[in-house]
Amino acid sequence: MKKVSLIIAAGLISFASFSQKVYQTKSAQIKFQPITEEGGCTNNQVQSLLKSSDGQIAFSALIKGFKFSNSLLEDHFNENYMESTKFPNAKFQGFITNIKEVDFAKNGTYKVTVKGTLTIHGTPKEVTTTGTIEIAGGKVIAKANFKVKVADYGIKGLYIGQKIAAEQDITVTSIYE
Amino acid sequence: MKRILLASAFMTFVSFGFAQKDTTDIFKMMDEGDKKAAASSTDYTTATFKSTRVIQGPSIETIGEGNMDFRILHRFAPLKGGSEEMFGLDGPATIRFGLDYGVTNRLMVGIGRSSYQKEFDGFVKYKLLRQSTGKINMPITVTYIGTIMDATDDAYLKANNMSGTDAISYAHAFAIGRKFNDVFSFQITPTLVHFNKVTDSTVNTNNFFSLGMQTRVRISKRVNFTAEYYYQFNKMNGTVNTLSLGFDFETGGHVFQLHFTNAVGMTERTFINQTTEKWGDGTRFGFNLTRIFALKKGKGEAKKW
Repeated sequence: MKKVSLIIAAGLISFASFSQKVYQTKSAQIKFQPITEEGGCTNNQVQSLLKSSDGQIAFSALIKGFKFSNSLLEDHFNENYMESTKFPNAKFQGFITNIKEVDFAKNGTYKVTVKGTLTIHGTPKEVTTTGTIEIAGGKVIAKANFKVKVADYGIKGLYIGQKIAAEQDITVTSIYE
Repeated sequence: MKRILLASAFMTFVSFGFAQKDTTDIFKMMDEGDKKAAASSTDYTTATFKSTRVIQGPSIETIGEGNMDFRILHRFAPLKGGSEEMFGLDGPATIRFGLDYGVTNRLMVGIGRSSYQKEFDGFVKYKLLRQSTGKINMPITVTYIGTIMDATDDAYLKANNMSGTDAISYAHAFAIGRKFNDVFSFQITPTLVHFNKVTDSTVNTNNFFSLGMQTRVRISKRVNFTAEYYYQFNKMNGTVNTLSLGFDFETGGHVFQLHFTNAVGMTERTFINQTTEKWGDGTRFGFNLTRIFALKKGKGEAKKW
């Protein structure tokens, strides 16, 4: 009797600690291409946290961390459009709404829906997007692709709507441990 | 009794498991993480000036690694020519073509050729200190510029009795600047120009010291006002100090610098030490055109300043 209850108790403890694991990464990647003719920009040092128990997910990206091949474009991006001295970070805080469908213990690819607040240029906005979570040998890989309307976040300037698309295509790849 | 103890232990473990789930708030974790990261990282100041030259002289800026800057510098004839001469646009004008390259984010090299005295020039520019806030606090940026210049115009060489390396000059400058805020930047540039041969008999040195003072003021998102003055501590007979005033207009990949200046030349040797016409008489319209190309099409790996 004792042994059984001990085993059950041990199993419950491991279940409890497993279900509240916080996955983290300091090298998630966000990329997009503001101007179609020129090369795009990439930030390879995005921070992200994911809590497997309730699907809480957060991202934080330093605007100065978006690197361009052309240094003048990078200067303009920071100074004229994003005003990165005023708004140094872009953040996302939300939930994976169908987290129960993801089995973190089993390898596989799961389609997910993410809903939350995206704050760019100091302006928060509710967004929803679909993405995938892939479980592969202990690693959790989250991917998403969504569009952002530049004007929604108070970003103004020359060329928006012309050389710079009014709606930007953002790709997020996050490999958690 | 034992069973009750076991049952209560069992219940504690179960409730323990469920209670723990809701105490980790990762949004708070992220916000605190951001604050820690901001305090422990160094933010290097960017865009103190909008180009690697303020007007005539160098700014503290270098161009990014793997970037190439093609430059055309143009100076027209003096405005005093009046409407007859289209206020100097009819010429004769002087021009310099230049090509600058960012070896690293701190080291830049460049070459150029001016039509004035058919002069070739080459330079090396290195950011010694970078203005930053955060973990490392540095109030100024200091950049060294080393230039070599060679005038090759036959008429000029003959008139000055020069041959071989006589027409070669060197310039050493330290650009010391600070971006005070988004609107105002200021720089001083102590400069030494060495002439291999000086043909002015009233001077008994080959070394000329000067101090450049440069500023830029942001007028709008894409327009900046710039001003530059070089004061010569010792100078050749008949020369005056150079004053330049202008506006920088930025577009996608270009910076257009339109200005008024009393200097004809566009290298240290000529615009600092060989300007002969004073501001009033000698003021002329000129422009600098720069186009930045990214040669290294990297995927934007983490750049190290």
